[in-house]
Amino acid sequence: MNGRIHSFQSLGTVDGPGVRFVVFFQGCNLRCKCCHNPDTWDHAGGTEYAASDILKKVIRYREYFGEEGGITLSGGEPLLQAEFAHELFSLCHAEGIHTCLDTSGSILNDKAKTLLDETDRVLLDIKYTTDEQYRENVGCGMKTPLDFLHYLNEKKIPVTIRQVIIPTVNDDEENILALKEIIKKYPCIDKVELLPFRKICQTKYDNMKLHFPFGDRPEGKKDKIDALYKLLIK
Amino acid sequence: MEHKNWNGFNKGVWQDEINVRDFIQQNYKEYDGEATFLADATPRTKTLMEKLQRLFAVERQLGGVFDIDTTTVTSLTHYSPGYLDKENEIIVGLQTNRPLKRGVNPFGGMRMAKQSCEAYGYQLSEKVQQEFRFRTTHNDGVFRAYTDEMRAARKCHVITGLPDAYGRGRIIGDYRRVALYGVDKLIAEKKKDKAALAEGNFNTDQVRLDEELFQQITFLGYLKEMAQMYGFDISQPAENAREAIQWTYFAYLGAIKEQNGAAMSLGRVSTFFDIYIERDIANGTLTEEGAQELMDDFVMKLRMARHLRTPEYNELFGGDPMWITEAIGGMGEDGRTLVTKNSFRVLNTLYTLGSSPEPNLTVLWSKDLPENFKKFCAKVSADTDSIQYENDDLMRPIYGDDYAIACCVSAMEVGKQMQFFGARCNLPKLLLIAINGGYDTSSKMHIGPQMPVLDVEKLDYDEVMARYEIYIEWLSRLYVNTMNIIHYMHDKYAYEKTQMALHDTEVHRFMAFGVAGLSVVADSLSAIKYANVAPVKDENGFIVDFVTTGDFPKFGNDDDRVDLIAKDTAHKVITELRKTPTYRNAEHTLSVLTITSNVMYGKNTASTPDGRKAGEPFAPGANPMHNREENGALASLNSVAKISYDDCRDGISNTFSITPDALGKTEEERIDNLVSILDGYFAKNAHHINVNVLNRETLMKAYENPDDYPNLTIRVSGYAVNFNKLSREHQKEVISRTFHETM
Repeated sequence: MNGRIHSFQSLGTVDGPGVRFVVFFQGCNLRCKCCHNPDTWDHAGGTEYAASDILKKVIRYREYFGEEGGITLSGGEPLLQAEFAHELFSLCHAEGIHTCLDTSGSILNDKAKTLLDETDRVLLDIKYTTDEQYRENVGCGMKTPLDFLHYLNEKKIPVTIRQVIIPTVNDDEENILALKEIIKKYPCIDKVELLPFRKICQTKYDNMKLHFPFGDRPEGKKDKIDALYKLLIK
Repeated sequence: MEHKNWNGFNKGVWQDEINVRDFIQQNYKEYDGEATFLADATPRTKTLMEKLQRLFAVERQLGGVFDIDTTTVTSLTHYSPGYLDKENEIIVGLQTNRPLKRGVNPFGGMRMAKQSCEAYGYQLSEKVQQEFRFRTTHNDGVFRAYTDEMRAARKCHVITGLPDAYGRGRIIGDYRRVALYGVDKLIAEKKKDKAALAEGNFNTDQVRLDEELFQQITFLGYLKEMAQMYGFDISQPAENAREAIQWTYFAYLGAIKEQNGAAMSLGRVSTFFDIYIERDIANGTLTEEGAQELMDDFVMKLRMARHLRTPEYNELFGGDPMWITEAIGGMGEDGRTLVTKNSFRVLNTLYTLGSSPEPNLTVLWSKDLPENFKKFCAKVSADTDSIQYENDDLMRPIYGDDYAIACCVSAMEVGKQMQFFGARCNLPKLLLIAINGGYDTSSKMHIGPQMPVLDVEKLDYDEVMARYEIYIEWLSRLYVNTMNIIHYMHDKYAYEKTQMALHDTEVHRFMAFGVAGLSVVADSLSAIKYANVAPVKDENGFIVDFVTTGDFPKFGNDDDRVDLIAKDTAHKVITELRKTPTYRNAEHTLSVLTITSNVMYGKNTASTPDGRKAGEPFAPGANPMHNREENGALASLNSVAKISYDDCRDGISNTFSITPDALGKTEEERIDNLVSILDGYFAKNAHHINVNVLNRETLMKAYENPDDYPNLTIRVSGYAVNFNKLSREHQKEVISRTFHETM
C-alpha cells in the first residue's frame, strides 16, 4: 500500500540510536504550540510512496547503519498511517534492519498495536506532565500517551522518552520531578532526552503564512537543559 | 648482508635487496589498543612550538612570506645550516639558513621565480638571473615545443593549472630507504644498475636512463654532504629511532631543497618509524614521552616547509600548501593491520602541537581497522578538521600494502611507481564550446573543431551529447599531447634527481589527467534531458546563457538518473584519453579533484544549463553543487560513491562538512556515528573523503575577525588549509558550501 510522506533524511543521528534513515510522515493529529514541522500537518500534502519503494531507498544506506542504526519513522504522526508503517517495518525486519518509531503516542488502537509488533524502539514524546498543559499546548489529553507508554512497558519495547524544554513553559524543576515520577514506573524506559526548544522553524511558519504560537518564547539554553537533566537522573 | 645497526631486527630479503616493505612486514608490531598510552607534549616541545607560533604570526603579518633569499638558487648544499633552536631541537634541518625563509627555484621557469619575488616586495638578484641566462628552464623547453592549439587551450582555460612553469611534484621518494640502508648502499645499488645498462643497446630510452642514473648518484652524494653540514654521517643505516627519523627527514629535506613541485608528499613513514621506536623502548633507551617528542619535532619541521609561489599559483592552490601527505594505517596483505602505536602518535601531534593543515594526514581506512583506531581518528577529525580518509580496501588490491598518497588522492607504490602530474580540464567549459560549435564565449576565442552553433529553441539531449563526444575526443588527444611535451621537458630540464634516486631504477609511471566541474556537467546534462533548456544568444549568434524551466534530478541526491551521467562522463573522458599514447608509456589515469581551483575555473566559465551563472564557482572535486542536496548527507555521499575508481585511478575527492549537532548529541555518539559514516561510505567503494565537523558561524566569525582564529584549520579539497591563508574569494566559497545540519 501507499503512504503519504513529507521527506527523507538520509543521515539521521538524533532520532534513535546510531546512523538512521529517517522517513518523515505527512499528516498530524496534534497542533503542538512548539511544533517545528508545521509543513507536515496537512493530511493531504506530501508525496505518495509504496512501502516497497521506501525499502529500496533504505537498503541503499544499510552500509552506514553499523551495529545500532536503521530506520526511524517520524513526522507528522506515523500512527495516523499505522497500517502502512507496519508494512514498511515488516519489510525492514525481513531485511534485518532495526526499526524505530518517533511518536506522540496519542493514538492507541489495534492498528497502532500491530505496528508496535514490528517496532524495535519507540521514541516517545512525553510533551508535558499534566493533563492541563497537554490540553493547552498540544491539543489532546495526557491519558492516551500514558496508556501508550503503559502498553510499551507491557510489550517490553525499549523506549526513549523525549521532552522539548521550552523556557517559561516547562523548564521548571517541578515539571522535571513530575517527569521523573513517570519514568520511574516504567522499566522499558532506558533513555531520556531533554531537547532544547529551537525557533529555526520560524521561516517555515512565515512561508506558510501561519502564526508560530511559541514564536515569542526564548530558545532553550544548553546549561539550563544540562542542569535539568542532572536533576532528572539524580 | 648484515649491519650492526640492524641488530634486533628480524631477518628477511630486505637485507639483500632494497625492500623497505619486507623490512616492515618482518618487523612491525600491530597495535589494536586504545589511545590512552599517548603522552602529552613535553615542556621542551611546548617552548619550541611557542617559538614557532610566533614566527608563523610574523609570517602572517608580513603578508604570507617571512623572508626570501634572492641571491641563492636552492639546492641541497647551497645554504649554511639553519635551526629553529639549535640547543633544543632533536630533529634538525631547514630548507634555507633560517626558519621560514624561502629559497628561489628558477629551474621550473625564470619568469615565475622573478614574479614570485616581486609579489612580496623582493627583487630576484642579478646574480641568479645571470646564472640562468645560458640555461634552459623547464618552462623554456615547454614553450619551445607547444603548438598554437596547445597555447590556445591554455589561454582560454579549457586546460589549466598545467605544471609548465613550476615543478610537477606528486613524486614520492622512498625517504625511508636512507634510514634503513644508509646512502652508501643506495649509491652502490644505483651504480650496479648503471653498469647493467651497458649490457643492452643505447637507444633513446637507454641513454636518458643512463644520464638520469648519473644524476641520481651525484645527488645522493649531495644528500650525504648536506647531512654532513648538520654534523651527521648518513652513509650508514640509522642506529636508533632518532636517527631513523632524522635520516628520513634529511632525505625529504633534500627533495624539497631541490624541487618545488606542487605536491611534495612524504609517503608512509609512521609505521616504519614505529619499528625503531619499539626497538629503542625495548632497549630502555626511549620512553613514550621521548617517542612523542621525536614525532613532534619531526612534524614541527614539516610544518615549516615552504615554497615560493606567485599570486596566480595561489589562485589555483590556495593556502600555501606543500601536500606533505603522510599515509597512516591501512591493512596488510596478510590481514594484519598496519596500524601501530606510531599511527596514533602522528595523529596525536594535532593535539601536542595544535591543529594544522600540514603534514596532510591521510588515514587509509579499511573496514578491518582496529575499532579503537577508527574511534581515535573520528575523535581527532571532530576536534581538529585536519584529517582526510581514503579507501584502503579499494586501493590495496591494486597497489599492494606499501603504497602512499601523493598530493591529495593519488595512490602509488612507494619507491616503485611515480606519476606525471597533469592538472585538469574544464568539462563545463568544454560543453559550452561544443554547444557553440568551437567557440568559447568567455575568452572570445575559436577553438577545437569548427561547426555551426546549435540552432534550436530547446536543447536536445542526444544532439548535445553527440556534439559533446566530438569535443571530448578532440580535447583528450590535445591534452595527452600537451602533457607529453610538459613531461618530456620536465625530465630534460628539471629532473627530480634526489627523489628518483629513492625509487627503483625501473619505475612504473602514471600520467595523471584531471577533470573539473563534473557535478556542473552532470546537472547541466540532466537539465537538458529532464527539464526545458532554452539557449539565449548574444548579438553574434553565440549561446551565452540558458533559460531552464521545470525540475530535473540533481547530482547529490542518490538519484541514478543524474548520478550515472556523472559516472559515464568520467568514463568517456578516460576512455578517450587512453587512445593517445603517452610519454614513456605512462599509464593514463584520471582524477576528479580541483584543489581550490574550482573558484578560478568557475570564474572563467560562462553560464551553464544547470542554472549556475557565469563566473560562479564550481563545486570542488567530485562534490555535488552546494545546496542542491535535498535528502541529506548520505544521499550526497552515495552519489559521489557511484563514480568508478576504475575510471578515476588518480582519485575522486569529496569534501564533507557537517555541524557537530547533526553528527550526534554527545561526543561519544558523534564519534560512533562518524565511524559508521566512514565505514558505510567506503563499503560503497567510494575513494576519498575530507571531513569537517564545524559550524558555518565559526567560519563567518573567522572571516570577519581573522586574528581571533589564527590556527583554524579546514579541509577543502584533498588537503587542509589554515582558513586565514585562503584568499577572501576562496573563504567566501568555502563558507557558501553545504553544511549538513539537523532538520
